[in-house]
Amino acid sequence: MHYQRVKYYQTGTFTVGNRLLDESNRTVQARMDRTNSLNSGHRACQGCGEALGARYAIDAAMRAVDNQLVAVNATGCLEVFSSPYPESAWQIPWLHSLFGNAPAVASGVAAALRAKGKDHIRVVGQGGDGATVDIGFGCLSGMFERNDDVLYICYDNEAYMNTGVQRSGSTPPRAWTNTTPAVGPSPGNPMGVGKNVPRIAMAHGIPYVATASVADLHDLEAKVFKAMGIHGARYIHIHVPCPLGWKSDPAHTIKVARMAIESGLFPLFEAEYGRVTDRTSIRRKVPVERYLELQGRFAHLFGDPPDTEAIRAIQAIADANIDMYGLLSEEGQRGT
Amino acid sequence: MKQQIEGSQAIAQIVARCRPEVIAAYPISPQTHIVEALARLVKAGEIGRCQYLNVESEFAALSALIGASATGARAYTATTSQGLLFMAEAVYNAAGLGLPIVMTIANRALGAPINIWNDHSDSMALRDAGWIQFYAEDNQEAVDLHALAFRVAEELSCPAMVCVDGYVLTHAYEPVDVPEQADVDAYLPPYEPVQVLDPDDPVTIGAMVGPEAYAEVRYLMHHKHIKALEAIPRLGTELSEQFGRPSGRLVDPYRIEEADTVILALGSVNGTIKDAVDDLRDEGWPVGAVKLGVYRPFPAHALRRVVQDAKRVIVVEKDLAIGHGGIVSSEVKMALKGLPIVVETVIAGLGGRPIPKASIVRTVKAAFLEGLEEPHFLDLKWEVVNKELRRQEERRRSGPTAANILRETGPFGVRVL
Repeated sequence: MHYQRVKYYQTGTFTVGNRLLDESNRTVQARMDRTNSLNSGHRACQGCGEALGARYAIDAAMRAVDNQLVAVNATGCLEVFSSPYPESAWQIPWLHSLFGNAPAVASGVAAALRAKGKDHIRVVGQGGDGATVDIGFGCLSGMFERNDDVLYICYDNEAYMNTGVQRSGSTPPRAWTNTTPAVGPSPGNPMGVGKNVPRIAMAHGIPYVATASVADLHDLEAKVFKAMGIHGARYIHIHVPCPLGWKSDPAHTIKVARMAIESGLFPLFEAEYGRVTDRTSIRRKVPVERYLELQGRFAHLFGDPPDTEAIRAIQAIADANIDMYGLLSEEGQRGT
Repeated sequence: MKQQIEGSQAIAQIVARCRPEVIAAYPISPQTHIVEALARLVKAGEIGRCQYLNVESEFAALSALIGASATGARAYTATTSQGLLFMAEAVYNAAGLGLPIVMTIANRALGAPINIWNDHSDSMALRDAGWIQFYAEDNQEAVDLHALAFRVAEELSCPAMVCVDGYVLTHAYEPVDVPEQADVDAYLPPYEPVQVLDPDDPVTIGAMVGPEAYAEVRYLMHHKHIKALEAIPRLGTELSEQFGRPSGRLVDPYRIEEADTVILALGSVNGTIKDAVDDLRDEGWPVGAVKLGVYRPFPAHALRRVVQDAKRVIVVEKDLAIGHGGIVSSEVKMALKGLPIVVETVIAGLGGRPIPKASIVRTVKAAFLEGLEEPHFLDLKWEVVNKELRRQEERRRSGPTAANILRETGPFGVRVL
């Protein structure tokens, strides 16, 4: 599945009809034979970005490897809402061990498959940002460094949602969480903290790193598909809004995710062996307020008077991303 | 055929002949020689398609094996001390998932103070994680127990630790017979998992379980250990027939006949204890010994049967339950409940302190003549302890305890007795 550049025929919309694509490029979810790897009936919240992202990602991975897939899941929302037996939503071999060890468990699965001469069966590890950015980070770095044949997917909803919205190393500046409350002279998460795991993954020199978003599911599928065509350690970081933790309307999950992209706060790019190879250009740049104001976790920035200094600082982060990845340049544009 | 060989090398050889499919390990003294030897064997292609993962921590080592074992591979690691504690969460998880991983523990003390020498603090700290725990007296037993551990673990789908005294055994050169590949193959069939990650028959492993079912799942882990009390002697007898040596005894008595007092211990100190028993018997003291070969499951009935005629059991243990006393002696007391037997606790050998025969003989005689305080600390330097206690009472800012104690005993590396 190569990524086909398509033209938008309708103006004023960001969607493109599946039927405008070549047969081979049509979205996996639109196919009759999609695997529904994460089946309906699970217990995710209304508007859950993680459930959406996981369903598209794993179905795409399944299609890419002819259904010869094993998934390893870290503890977290995705694990809890999908697995209470006998109501498992997983239609694929699926293993949950601990919060902080999913990348290592996935390495072990891959090693066992190699030992048994079953290399055609491929491995996906997955977890939220808590499991990936924080508690499982050592295991993730080890898996990258050894270049184990694992695709690890982080579903980033920017806080510990399963335990009731506490700050993670992926929580954005100024965001409210229950451990970065919106009180005091500097409410919310401090500026200038947190880590960028896609960049850290790239620093390991692994074959493939990408960011993706539930706002662009076709792009997400294509990146998973591409990743499964590569051997060695691969990493995809998917931005998945959480209506509960972001205090956003469940109906706005896709819109919120899209504003993150269009503002420059969540750049979509691909990297191979440590070098950025492609990025998704911003079609119509929006100010960060358009993203922030959709979410109650930033409500304290829009009081009377608004916290213009904080908003300006967040805009500076978005502008730096746009500059760093060339998100406004025509060259290398995809998806428009 | 017997070879004069280091314990670690012998253990690596038997593990290799058990045909592991995935080994993941992180180096820590005194486990290193075992995993170095296995890394070499894997790299040289001498263990089939076995994969060796150089992981970034013990937590990752056992986590990788959880994945490997759930994929149907025979999985092995070795660790000790801080490494075992660092993987503790995964230790419990592997047992809860019912994955028959085998792990060598090169027993070593826990910090602080950091100490790389032998005692049983590490494996005792994880005794209730759901793993079977074997304790080896010598390197021959250490070798045989690894084959037995894989067999028992895989029959029951329950992980097993083989606890081998760090340095005392791992670095000791002894004549050891490592069974030939054909004998090991005849004893240990390929691993047939009861659950496996298979795209053709997908299952969910590691599902969340609530109050409605958790107790039942945990009981079934306990039930495996009850079954292990039968399986270990049975599979041990089978091993004895294959290798021509006794193996798999839950409790192992020595000169127990008409013994008024029985000394009980785990691991390598049993050699010294047997010598002490011989000396005491020569002098006419009615003393015997019992070795616990398995600590989990705890062989309460077998122990009760063996020592029921004694008046006193002196438990010599290389651990300390801080704030309580003896770990092993507490369980021995439970096992002997209702019998007119006094159980005494001797805390010995902490952090590699030697346990000389003379100290055991002296302590046993003291137990006969005046009884022992509970617990008794073997060869504890009370004058050093009391001096430090006085210092601490005199000054609030008394400084780091370890540094103060070393000032009294002389620096690291001086004679320990």
